[in-house]
Amino acid sequence: MPGTMKSVSSFSQLLKALTGIALFLIFWEVSTAVLHLPRFSLLPNPVSVVKEWFSFTPVSGRSIFTADYYLDIAYSVGRVMIAFSLATVLGVSLGLMMGWNRIFYDFTFPLVEIFRPMPPLSWIPLAVLILPGVEVSVVFVTFIAAFFATVLNTLLGVFSIDKNYFLRARCLGSKPIHIFTNVVVPGALPFIFTGLQIAMGIAWLSLVAGEIIAGQRGLGYAIYEGYSLFQNDQVVYYMLTLGILGYISSAAIRAVGRRLMAWESRRRGI
Amino acid sequence: MADGQQTPGAISIRHVSKIYDPEGVHVEAMRDCTFDIAAGEFAVIVGPSGCGKTTLLNAIAGFDNITAGEIYLDGELISSTRHQIKPNVDRMVVFQNGALFPWKTVLQNITYGPIVQGRMSKKEAVARAREMLDMVCLTGLEDKYPEELSSGVQRRVEILGALINEPRVVMLDEPFRGLDAVAKTVMHEFLMQLFCASPRTMFFITHDLDEAIFLGNKVVIMTTRPAQIKKIVTVDLPWPREHSIMNSKRYIDLKREVLDAVHEEAKKAFEAGEREMA
Repeated sequence: MPGTMKSVSSFSQLLKALTGIALFLIFWEVSTAVLHLPRFSLLPNPVSVVKEWFSFTPVSGRSIFTADYYLDIAYSVGRVMIAFSLATVLGVSLGLMMGWNRIFYDFTFPLVEIFRPMPPLSWIPLAVLILPGVEVSVVFVTFIAAFFATVLNTLLGVFSIDKNYFLRARCLGSKPIHIFTNVVVPGALPFIFTGLQIAMGIAWLSLVAGEIIAGQRGLGYAIYEGYSLFQNDQVVYYMLTLGILGYISSAAIRAVGRRLMAWESRRRGI
Repeated sequence: MADGQQTPGAISIRHVSKIYDPEGVHVEAMRDCTFDIAAGEFAVIVGPSGCGKTTLLNAIAGFDNITAGEIYLDGELISSTRHQIKPNVDRMVVFQNGALFPWKTVLQNITYGPIVQGRMSKKEAVARAREMLDMVCLTGLEDKYPEELSSGVQRRVEILGALINEPRVVMLDEPFRGLDAVAKTVMHEFLMQLFCASPRTMFFITHDLDEAIFLGNKVVIMTTRPAQIKKIVTVDLPWPREHSIMNSKRYIDLKREVLDAVHEEAKKAFEAGEREMA
């Protein structure tokens, strides 16, 4: 039965994943706490990180039992969500329009290609200067690179559509609006979702950088604070927190993508 | 269906030429082609690869323009150097590599045309599509996506998706290319069944001479590029045809006639290719 097959394979997959993580933790512990390898000895070891992370009375005042920890998470997740949603809505719309209309493409593509490579951090001075308050600036910095990644992937998605789908749609009597909703949007969807995964990664990356430089509260800010106060355990478990949140957000995008693209997932058998 | 009335779908191709990029590379694809396809006739176009068969199809479908001549559909000018009617449901194309929308199920693919045209309600279109699937014994595949089906079934679904629109002309560009010989015979019988059930003008491009003679009323042999009409062979075999007909004397004679003409052109094309390579 396919159902049993699938659960067996996903169980063995889980086992392998957990083994990989365990091996990494052992390597980390051995190289830091046991062998005190050169350079590694400065790293906090996993045991002290976990102790601090799960402590009722953390030195830094932040652990999974304190409200501050969750406040940091809430701030960062909130910023990423707002920035990512804006990047998705605006980026997908712009990308579809550029792919759909040749004249619009000619006008906008060079601009997009100039703005796209600008590192998000280079926007900070202008963002702080013109936007009301630090909060909006951090969200803007988180948004900007994710937005361009989404635009580009959406555009490539439209370009990737087989020309014959357009011809067939025309033969079948489609008006432009039908072609847009029945060919352009679904045809670009696989690329859009690849783009959204990339955009989500970029959003987290820019967020932390933005929080370190201009932020108040949030995971990136807490990492910077840990660094300033030499709380290296705090730095590490905040990094791990970021990793976990990043993983969850990517998985969420994949799950939505699978639902919207049943035809793709059935082909790949996932 | 349209008994008594004259069935539509007569194509008249008058002195049609096509030059790609006349100012630049100047590739002459077609030169002064003139022939007629009667309404309800099954015309098969054969000729060497790259000779310009698809060029002619694109011109009739309205995908591309021509550089000289005129094309008429039922007396109405559909393409000339000044005038070109955009693609529409009168001239349905079944594409060489298949163009079913991968994101639509079989049923959605077949019903798409009549629904967007507003010719049928969704309910009517679905009922009609099921009826057609039933007729060709493809029931049970309604909710499958194209990529879950074999390419032979995909082709059949695409053909049904064309026929549901009741076009005046169905144009098929090597639709069975890449299918194995067994799958092809199934496809031929499938097409034969549909054609006999409601004859309409067919414009069928192929390399396969058996396919051409088995299916066609008329085999139009084209020359090496630039494509001209080399010969038109009328296939006077009775309908409906079965595969055993391929052993009949008349079939073998017809095949020899077509083969001789095609072979001459293939040799020319080969030599031209050699020259280009040299």
